[in-house]
Amino acid sequence: MAEIDRDKLLDVYTRTMKVNRTDEKFRALLMEGKVAVMYYCVRGQELVSAAAMAALDEDDYVVCTYRGQGEQTAKGIPIKKWWGECLGKETGTCKGKGGTMHITDPETGIMVTTGVVGSGLPIANGLAMASQNNGDGKVTLVSFGDGAANIGGFHEAMNMAQLYKLPVVFLCQNNRYGEHTAFADHTGSTDISSRASGYGMKGIKVDGNDVNAVYPAMEEAVEHARSGKGPVLVEAMCYRMMGHFFGSDFSYMPPEHLEEMAKEDPLPKLRAVMLERQFTEEELDKIVADIDAEIDEAVEHALAADLPSTDEIYKDVLEEVS
Amino acid sequence: MAEITMTEALNKAIDEAMAEDDGVFCLGEDVSDKQGGGVFKVTNGLSAKYGEHRIRATPISETAIVGAAVGAALAGQRPICEIMLMNFVGVCMDQIVNHAAKLRYMSGGQTPCPMVLRTTTGVGVGFGGQHSDMLEAWFAHVAGIHVVTPSNAADARGLMRASIDANDPVIFIENILCYGLKSEDPGPGYRVPLGKAAIAKEGTDLSLITYGRTVLDALEVASEMEKEGVSVEVVDLRTIAPYDEETVLASVNKTGRAITLHEAVRPFGTGAELAANIQEKCWDSLKGPVRRIGGTFAAVPFATHLEQAWIPTKGEIVEQIKASVGKD
Repeated sequence: MAEIDRDKLLDVYTRTMKVNRTDEKFRALLMEGKVAVMYYCVRGQELVSAAAMAALDEDDYVVCTYRGQGEQTAKGIPIKKWWGECLGKETGTCKGKGGTMHITDPETGIMVTTGVVGSGLPIANGLAMASQNNGDGKVTLVSFGDGAANIGGFHEAMNMAQLYKLPVVFLCQNNRYGEHTAFADHTGSTDISSRASGYGMKGIKVDGNDVNAVYPAMEEAVEHARSGKGPVLVEAMCYRMMGHFFGSDFSYMPPEHLEEMAKEDPLPKLRAVMLERQFTEEELDKIVADIDAEIDEAVEHALAADLPSTDEIYKDVLEEVS
Repeated sequence: MAEITMTEALNKAIDEAMAEDDGVFCLGEDVSDKQGGGVFKVTNGLSAKYGEHRIRATPISETAIVGAAVGAALAGQRPICEIMLMNFVGVCMDQIVNHAAKLRYMSGGQTPCPMVLRTTTGVGVGFGGQHSDMLEAWFAHVAGIHVVTPSNAADARGLMRASIDANDPVIFIENILCYGLKSEDPGPGYRVPLGKAAIAKEGTDLSLITYGRTVLDALEVASEMEKEGVSVEVVDLRTIAPYDEETVLASVNKTGRAITLHEAVRPFGTGAELAANIQEKCWDSLKGPVRRIGGTFAAVPFATHLEQAWIPTKGEIVEQIKASVGKD
């Protein structure tokens, strides 16, 4: 396998750390009691999101889930607006009406963040159908977890996407849990990617903790979809290193599983690859420090921002026709 | 101008919208000419004219159909999706209720969802319990969508154009028994604005508020009652939600009596909402309680005589009118 281009590798690293530092900051704020909102941790899945977003063009579409922080920040959503939304402020992407589970920012291609498991796949088809209809050349990537592979919409969407050869990448982040239920307890399948063959679709299974595997796989999938050959189902194997949502009990995750996860942690692995590729410790630390500074500023901005005016509850229900 | 049927009216409205805007396209089961142009022929001939990309025959996958419409709408197109029979919305409610209806709001206005969901239903064709229900109240209860139903061919043409123009999701309900109804063709470009009711017949003694197929029953009964000296005003809502409150309240304030009538089952139906609102806002004009007429609170039965007994009958409408105006 050819080495990842050095600039691209740096890009993936930067996006990964953006996701990770955002996650760390969010958990710190929750721990300190500075904010009290629902937050679905992405610890362990940072690299998958970053690699996927790095493989897309800026104007490609993304559909993600409540555990979508990774896709959102790695795609390049303006972080002041992101934090504003997560804190329910007027400055948020959605004026505080969407919240952590419903971040939308069409300017950066974040079209839908759904709170309903599996609902994003059929919508991704529609975005891709629009691109196919108008020939704009965009790819739509929809991210979801292994749990979503068991809902009916998954099947309907996969079948339809292949039928029309829609430019969609279905990215299953197999983090081994559907809410509190372990993979082996929610399906008899050994993997999700092999389901692609049932639809006549290209399926790829990849180690989501290894940048040298996951980035090329994402690039291949995006290229396949963009070229008109049809959709691809990518199953990126990763771990959700925390509970379902921040603060939720995760005693159901056995200790040996937690140990295995720690060994596979994508972040130290990625750092090792960066050092191998002659990036220096100083360069890498500087990237993280710059990200932290930007996040701190965005958080301060969001904490100080105004709450949305209460008359917002009546706005945006339907178009106001004068 | 020539006469057209409701089927032709809908077909013409979709055709002219597709001709004017490349972003308008249809998707649904059996909609292309290859499968006969839709089970009720509403999209007949359109795939020949616009190609299979713009008249997309889909697998039997309601969630994927509505989801695709939602996604395409977010990308700025104007999809018209078809759920063959209204009961099948049970399969795709998540996409309608959690997504189509809410994406404008949850995004703070960034992602409107301009799509039409056409669906067909109706009691009186012997389709039984899973192909006949009027489920408009389910959607009227959800903020963020328009619910529309025509009672005649001209309105069908105008309401369809207005629905395609709308920048929000529209649930467009077609009644199977109305497809053959004829009107004078209102011609190209005709639009009936959403949210505007029609006074189908003027009257002074009682307002009979209805929509869809039961407008026909209402008009028939109103003309019979005229002979008995009772002047019934028939209000055709056309848009069930959000409905034309101004026209409804003005009618009731004028007549002082109101009956709501729909084919859907009576309990928790749209008639209940109308009645409650009328009683709150027209109390001083009302001469008696607002009455409600609706289908029997049971699944729609198959046998013809059972099905006919299930629907609100003209006899029942007459009875309620007489009770309301104090005649026996």
